[in-house]
Amino acid sequence: MSRPEDQPTGAGSQGIPGPTDRTAGTSTATGQAATPPPSEDRWREAVRAITTGNGLVALLSVLLAVAIGSLLILVTDDAVRETSGYVFSRPGDFFSAAGQAISGAYGSLFRGSIYNSRGADFASQIRPLTETLKFAGPLIMAGLGVGLTFRAGMFNIGGRGQMLLAGAAAGWVGINVDLPFPLHLAAAVLAGMVAGAFWAGIAGVLKARTGAHEVIVTIMLNYVGFYLVFYALSRQSLLQAPGSINPKSLPMQDSAILPDLLGDRFNLHLGFVLALVAVAVVWWVLNRSALGFRFRAVGANPHAARTAGIDVGRTYVLAMLISGALVGLAGANQILGTATSGVTVDLDAGIGFDAITVALLGRSHPLGILGAGLLFGAFKAGGFSMQASEGIPVDIVLVIQSLIVLFIAAPPLVRAMFRLPAQEAK
Amino acid sequence: MSTPHAAAPTDDRAGRPDGPHVMTTASPKVAIILGVVTLLLAAVVAFGSQTGDTTFRLSTRRDLAQLPDVTVPANATAWVAIVLMALATAEAVRRYLARTKVPLWLPAAYGVVAMIGFLAWAAAGATLPVIGLLAGALALAVPLVFGALGGVLGERVGVVNIAIDGQLLAGAFAAALVGSLLGSAWAGLIGAMLAGALVGLVLGVFAISYFVDQVIVGVVLNVLIIGLTSFMFSQVLAPNAATLNSPPRLGPVSVPLLGEIPVIGPILFRQSVVVYLLYVAVAVVTWSLYRTRWGLRVRAVGEHPQAADTVGINVLRTRYRTLLIAGATAGAGGAFYTLVSVSQFNREMTGGAGYIALAAVIFGKWDPIRATLAALLFGFASNLQGVLSVIGSPVPSEFMLMLPYVVTVFAVAGLVGRSRPPAAVGTPYRKG
Repeated sequence: MSRPEDQPTGAGSQGIPGPTDRTAGTSTATGQAATPPPSEDRWREAVRAITTGNGLVALLSVLLAVAIGSLLILVTDDAVRETSGYVFSRPGDFFSAAGQAISGAYGSLFRGSIYNSRGADFASQIRPLTETLKFAGPLIMAGLGVGLTFRAGMFNIGGRGQMLLAGAAAGWVGINVDLPFPLHLAAAVLAGMVAGAFWAGIAGVLKARTGAHEVIVTIMLNYVGFYLVFYALSRQSLLQAPGSINPKSLPMQDSAILPDLLGDRFNLHLGFVLALVAVAVVWWVLNRSALGFRFRAVGANPHAARTAGIDVGRTYVLAMLISGALVGLAGANQILGTATSGVTVDLDAGIGFDAITVALLGRSHPLGILGAGLLFGAFKAGGFSMQASEGIPVDIVLVIQSLIVLFIAAPPLVRAMFRLPAQEAK
Repeated sequence: MSTPHAAAPTDDRAGRPDGPHVMTTASPKVAIILGVVTLLLAAVVAFGSQTGDTTFRLSTRRDLAQLPDVTVPANATAWVAIVLMALATAEAVRRYLARTKVPLWLPAAYGVVAMIGFLAWAAAGATLPVIGLLAGALALAVPLVFGALGGVLGERVGVVNIAIDGQLLAGAFAAALVGSLLGSAWAGLIGAMLAGALVGLVLGVFAISYFVDQVIVGVVLNVLIIGLTSFMFSQVLAPNAATLNSPPRLGPVSVPLLGEIPVIGPILFRQSVVVYLLYVAVAVVTWSLYRTRWGLRVRAVGEHPQAADTVGINVLRTRYRTLLIAGATAGAGGAFYTLVSVSQFNREMTGGAGYIALAAVIFGKWDPIRATLAALLFGFASNLQGVLSVIGSPVPSEFMLMLPYVVTVFAVAGLVGRSRPPAAVGTPYRKG
């Protein structure tokens, strides 16, 4: 469906790296027009902003965000502040302190996320990379879920609630059901996906039936889900560990745990493979199936989709269900792979919200989300090592992530900052 | 809405929560909801029968005029309330059958009676400090009301203000920092308003000038502010807590005369200056939105920017200006956390209050007074669960805490009453 030959010949100057970056959603929606007409519909605007930015802007956005992050690290670094007092009399001190702060920060970020040059043997040198993959897994899964709703013209901010419900459901199966290994694991993962789909499906049904805005509903369901799971975790009859007063469940049974991929020395588990499978499945659904075509058609223009005979309401519900199942997979991944010691209300670890930035950075394209998930996974893994070794709070990662997304969403701003020519007249 | 609920037209215009709907006065919804709540309370009281008396304490020790405590038998009071509620439901049904509008006082009085009945039942065998309950509810609601006012202003001018939480958090942070640096709570308050306005400005730059989707900017801005304030807190504020994170506190000030009115005085007029500022803010925002030229322009820009532009209103300037005011208002609410509640900043200390304020905006149908009432209701719900968990109540506190969010979901689903946002909300304005 992505037919680059449909583009007018003059479109070669758009700077789009390749036909794969040009998502099918835009090409079917706008036909062969390289200059889509101004639209009143903000979701179309959003989808277009996500899909038509080019690689250069993405790269510059990352650079800008990292630059601002560096500035923050510099401003708050004690040595830099001290030397800045006499920067004019001894500029060397200032610059060496600044250099140390920056190289220390990004050095430890790199050592924590890609390759630890100070490791004793190969296994400990390569361990950070496996940590990055471990953190990237749930980000990719949940990012796919959020990205899918973007493509259908919706916005799922309910990742947190969906992950919590999914984690609680998967955890319940993982603790209370007795089955042999692969079956038990499959049942627990499935329970998590169903719970996530159910929680997101509420928003989909309400939107289809009553027009309730899914943004508000999913935000509210985040809180309802939080208190529901908290309630379950403070009742012995539901999820709370027997004899405990903490809101925490028992650990998972061994037969329900995602097996390690590289042996006991690494934390990387089967979840990352599941994430890759999810990428492939979502790619196929979006680009090769009739269902995906309906998603994209509704996302591009619900009026036209309805005229063409697509049941728009049903498409909304389906998109939310699949999105919730993917986010639920991320929740199950957390409880069955990363934090198997028991269900808590912190099991989502901010992934529900990070997934939004992953989907935005990946422009709602499955492969883009894979890349964005890997990048943010690296930020996560490296952020913790930066905090441990350099004392720089891990929150700097949040700052850089959100700045990247802000800049990517506003290509004209980035172009103006770097004095790039405007893309094409709108 | 004239059509029955199940046949409500589905909304195909993604991005617009609601299409235009025909509004009629008669609706069975009020009667249905009153009936359901009455049955629920009856079921709860019937199955969880309580023994003993409930004491309502109506005055504090500092009051000039001491009112006696009111002691009532728990179960009997609950049943009397249920009977009254059933009568109110019957009246609502009669009015629906007669096709006349149910007046606002009926559900309001119903709510008060239901609350008294529920409290009498839930607090059996204990003393309920009514003043403390209501004053505490007001205190919890203050940031919500400021945030909701900021949200109403933003949405009325056509910009979705999801960044309320970021504005509250930035306000709380700036109030703590500026207040500590300058040693003045008033400076902290001004700092908070400036910080909130700054977040509003950033929202404006991206949403108005660069046409970025407003929901996305809002969500991302919230994350950005959480990251920034947490980073600065760990790096700068926490290590220098004595000089940078100990702002002076704005304690309660009793208003002469007004503060001595029984019951009302201690609740409304023995509060901090920020709360008095809130009263002023609610009045000013409501008045100027509906009674001034500026307010008319704001609403015109939010409903139909093209028309506003045609008659010579500068749409972009109006949007920027209103967003700045909205941000400053929400920022002032943030100051309540660090200047009144506790006198220090902490990471993520708003706990997502901005999202509740957003719920209040929608529940209050984009009207400053109703949004204020909704925010007060949410404050009451969260304080009630605190009080009830102290005196020991049969209702799990998680479900009390859940209530505002569930109510909001019902509200946006149109079960409580169709809420219609300003027509142009969420749409960037491109001239020409």
